[in-house]
Parts: sequence; structure tokens; C-alpha cells
Amino acid sequence: MDGVLFLIFASIAVVCALNVVLQKQPIASALSLVGVMGSLAMLYLLLGAQFIAAVQVIVYAGAVMVLFVMVIMLLNAGAERPTGASVMASALGGPLLAVLLLVLAYVILLAFPDPRPVRFGEFRQGGAAELGYALFTRYLLPFELTSVLVLIAIAGAVVLAWREVRK
Amino acid sequence: MSAAGVPLSWYLVLGAVMFVLGAAGFLLRRNIITMFMSVELMLNAVNLSFVALAYHLGRVDGLVLAFFVMVVAAAEAAVGLAIILTVFRNRTSLQIDEVQSLRN
Repeated sequence: MDGVLFLIFASIAVVCALNVVLQKQPIASALSLVGVMGSLAMLYLLLGAQFIAAVQVIVYAGAVMVLFVMVIMLLNAGAERPTGASVMASALGGPLLAVLLLVLAYVILLAFPDPRPVRFGEFRQGGAAELGYALFTRYLLPFELTSVLVLIAIAGAVVLAWREVRK
Repeated sequence: MSAAGVPLSWYLVLGAVMFVLGAAGFLLRRNIITMFMSVELMLNAVNLSFVALAYHLGRVDGLVLAFFVMVVAAAEAAVGLAIILTVFRNRTSLQIDEVQSLRN
């Protein structure tokens, strides 16, 4: 059952990721990205990370993608125009990326030859309690620093949009 | 095949495939918003690797890292989209190769 679920959601994720890259309309790319994020949330659940799966759906598929769709709507973004890429880029780009993928896959298979299957339910530390405990003890300083980061991001976004409004 | 899953490396290879797709989108597309979405795709791929390795090591640290990646990605999305708004207001175009005032 685990394997079947993995294959289903992995293929959804890959197809949606391909769609993100291939679609000409930004809104179609954005909706495909929602598909990627939803299927990734299912994979996180299979790996026993319930809290991360919930955060993935709420923050990524919810907040971030709403922001993207809002901006696409606001800017009335249409299909992109194809522009002349250099000959070398269009000839070498695909093969080089394929080589990168092969090297990555080779290194991964070399480093993790363990054929023991991932079992649902074997990892039981993915709940909110365990993650919260780690966040508020060992990772307290990074956690507090993210609050500063988020504050700066809010201020930066407001400043960037505000200047344009007053012009 | 009752409870048999797939090996851990499959999850990592899936992450690699999605990372390469995101890199391809970032390098090949010409629309600023789509390029930005490709960056999000790469971040998600790395997050999948973090969660898979947290499972492998049986520790919660990988999940904490994935959580921090999500926080940074959300902040980055807010600022990045504000920058895209500013660029669009100044140039009325989302094509990345028309934003070239820094060239030469």
C-alpha cells in the first residue's frame, strides 16, 4: 500500500512539476504548483511527518500560492513571449540538466544502497509536540531569528509596495 | 505488497528530479513569475530530501530544518512578489530579458 501511494503521488508531483515548467500561462503554472505541493504533503505523511504535511498545505498551498495567484491577477499576466535564446544555451541546456540529474541520482543510489523499504508508522516523532519541543529547546535561537526575518520581510514588502503607491 | 514501501533512495531521487525540473524552469523560462515559481519548486524538492533523511536518521532535526526552509520561503515569496510588482510598475513587462538596465 505504501509503495502504491508513493507511486501515485510521486507521479502526480513529477507531472505537475513538468507542467509548471512547460505551461506558457503563469496561472496554469501556479495551479500545477499547487498540485506539486499537495502531493508532496501526502509524501510527507507517508514519511511520518504529520506536522510538516499540515504546514505544507497551510503555508505553501494556502498562503504562498494565494500570494502568487493574487499577483498574477493584479498584473494581468498573459502568456510569455518566446524570445531568442542563444544557440549554445538551447543546444546544451537540456543535456546538461539531464547530466546533472544522472549525477545526482548516481550519488544518491551510491550513498543509500539500503533496500529496506520506508514503512508508514515507523517514524513517530513527526507530530507537533516533538517538533515544538525541538524548536523551543535546541533550536530556540534560530526560531527567534526567524521572527526577526519575518518582521523584516513584512517591512520590506510594505516599503516596496508603498513607494509605488505614492508615485 | 501489504505494507511494503519503496526504498528511501526513491524519495531522494524524486527530490532530485523535482530539483532539476525547477532548475530547468528557472533557466529556460522568460517570465519573472514563472521563474519565481521554479525557485519554489526547487525549495520544495530540497524539503522532501530533508523530511526523507529525518525519517532515515530517526531524528526530528530534519523536520525542523524543513520548517525553517518553509518560513524563509514564505518571507522570500512576500518580498520577491513585491519586487516583481515594482518592476512591473516601472517597465510594464514581466519578460526577464526586458529588464536589462544594469547591462553594460
